[in-house]
Amino acid sequence: MDIIITGLLLGGTYALMAMGLQLQYGVARIMNLANGEILVAGAFGTFWFYSATKFSPLYSLIFLIPLAFVANWAIYDVLIRPLVRRAKSQGQLEVDSILATFGISFIFVGGLLAVFGGEYLSYSYLARPIFILGEPYGLNRIAAFIGAIVLCASLYIWLHKTRAGLALRAVAVNPSAAGLVSINVPRASALAFALGGAVAAAGGSLLSMFLTFDASLGVVFTLKALVIVIMGGVSDIRGAIIASFILGLAETTVATLVDPGLTLAAAYVLFLAILLIKPEGLLGRRSS
Amino acid sequence: MQRRTLLTLAAAGVVAGSLGLGAAHAADPIKIGVVGPKTGPLAGGATITHFPNFKLWQKLVNDRGGLKLKEGQRKIELIEYDDRTSPPETIKAVERLATVDKVDFIMPAYGTGFNLAVAPIFAKHDYPLLAQAFVTDQGDELIKRYPNLFVVQGKTQWFARDAIAVLKKLRDEKKIGNKIAVVNVADAFGIELANTARPMFKEAGFDIVYDKSYPLGTQDLSPIVKGAKAANPDAFVAWSYPPDTFALLEQAKIEGLNVKAYYSAVATAFQSFAGKFGPLAENVLGAGGYEDTPAIRDYMKIHKEVTGVDADYWGSAMYGSLLQVLEQSIEGVGSLDRKAVTAYIKSKTFKTVVGEMDLRKQQMTNAWTVGQWQNGFFHAVGAEGFTKLKPVNLKTNW
Repeated sequence: MDIIITGLLLGGTYALMAMGLQLQYGVARIMNLANGEILVAGAFGTFWFYSATKFSPLYSLIFLIPLAFVANWAIYDVLIRPLVRRAKSQGQLEVDSILATFGISFIFVGGLLAVFGGEYLSYSYLARPIFILGEPYGLNRIAAFIGAIVLCASLYIWLHKTRAGLALRAVAVNPSAAGLVSINVPRASALAFALGGAVAAAGGSLLSMFLTFDASLGVVFTLKALVIVIMGGVSDIRGAIIASFILGLAETTVATLVDPGLTLAAAYVLFLAILLIKPEGLLGRRSS
Repeated sequence: MQRRTLLTLAAAGVVAGSLGLGAAHAADPIKIGVVGPKTGPLAGGATITHFPNFKLWQKLVNDRGGLKLKEGQRKIELIEYDDRTSPPETIKAVERLATVDKVDFIMPAYGTGFNLAVAPIFAKHDYPLLAQAFVTDQGDELIKRYPNLFVVQGKTQWFARDAIAVLKKLRDEKKIGNKIAVVNVADAFGIELANTARPMFKEAGFDIVYDKSYPLGTQDLSPIVKGAKAANPDAFVAWSYPPDTFALLEQAKIEGLNVKAYYSAVATAFQSFAGKFGPLAENVLGAGGYEDTPAIRDYMKIHKEVTGVDADYWGSAMYGSLLQVLEQSIEGVGSLDRKAVTAYIKSKTFKTVVGEMDLRKQQMTNAWTVGQWQNGFFHAVGAEGFTKLKPVNLKTNW
């Protein structure tokens, strides 16, 4: 039983890492390899806030989310839009955005290094046990899990039940057709990208409660997010959510019942298996 | 009138010329090459343990006018490169420092594999390699192969051996039982320590009740800690790296792994460890440790004042001592002749921040290997060679 709860908590952690990239790649169609750095920046922002003010780090979300939103909008406008304009096909845009965001990630690492330094940043918050069915679980992880649920639920509802969300999904399915039905495609893509960045920063902020960060850690998170987004099927946000939880449960099961050393292997075996059985991902649609 | 103008001009010219010559003699700085990971997986550790010591040394030396050579005093200039935690980059950087920047001395790299990678280049250009972040059991063969190599840290086996010795003493004094839970990170140093320690535990008569490894960068260590707790150990040993060292203690507290002896290897000696955990860090054991002397406390104080970085309780003072050895050797020889300086280092012992440093056989014979947080200082409780050690406390404070 505690495998299930621990696995769900880990799934929540993974969902926080993956949601931002899901929006940026699934909707805005930008494979943002600098996603991990945005997440780390969010974590750093929260660390700085907590060390400076000693108020609950959760309050830092109040300024981090709008800040990340604006910053990512600016990045999209200045650095990505030229690529979008001149891309002759979806495939070319993906290649261009991979190269461009790869370079951007190095700039970000340099920026984080210059502002925060290279050392490990870590703090203790809500590091108390909460007993569920007799087993202790970290309150900080449960808080992050709740944050993840709130995030995933609100994103899902927004994307599927509002007009603006509908516009974003239309752009994801077919940008040119979406333009024909008077959806402002450039604006929708920018919105998706900026929203993805804000979500990534919020994820990093929540994760900082129990993970140790340093300026160079972004690439680890980008990789995990990438695996989850592709495993879930790029086009549907539910796919990434389901994939996060499957991964969390699988890794915890292997760590507890088999060997903790095999968690990475298990994760990638699962990834490969799903792609072999269903190449477009769990909830992906085969592109026409 | 023309002659007077000519004379004035000539006099002015002589004065200007002598001033100009004087300016040229306000000598060129001594160039010191620095390489290490500013980005990449090992950057976190290097930011605390490696880079600040060189900046501190530069400031201390330059503040007193520079190193005293026979030709006069010359200040130090640092030329730094980021090796991105990649040995090929370290090699490139050292080659560049040696052949393009033509520096007078090159500081050691950060990390055992990295120092090994550049040892041949140091040897080729006669640079002494004072390898601090370098823990290996192959020291004896390496110093034969590289006469310019000085191994300042201990051997891997000392770290394992002394940690186990601390636990054995507690057990023999009936303060803890016989059951050990051991975990290790599945990366270089973690694996080496775990493999070296396993037979040592058995030889000391311990019963290993949980023995697992976890991949580098694991985000959730609760299955490991739960598993360790379920095995009911008397002591917990983690051959861990910085991120997991931080995560494991927090997880241990949450899971209620209330062992009387808790050891986590790398980063326990960081001040940020005590900073994060506060009173929970008290009585935690780890790799490193210092004797509580005024010289060391002083070094940690100016380290913070000059560089803004909190020194650690493992490598920082050792780096400081190494740099003192280099400084005394360069001034002892009176020139930047690298062969002469290397010979000088092998010729005598040196007074340094950590006490007497004896590198005459190219290997430090003394190393503090096990430390314990007591009252805000990470005291040395286990060592090879050093004898002034603090007694070990039980971790009854959870």
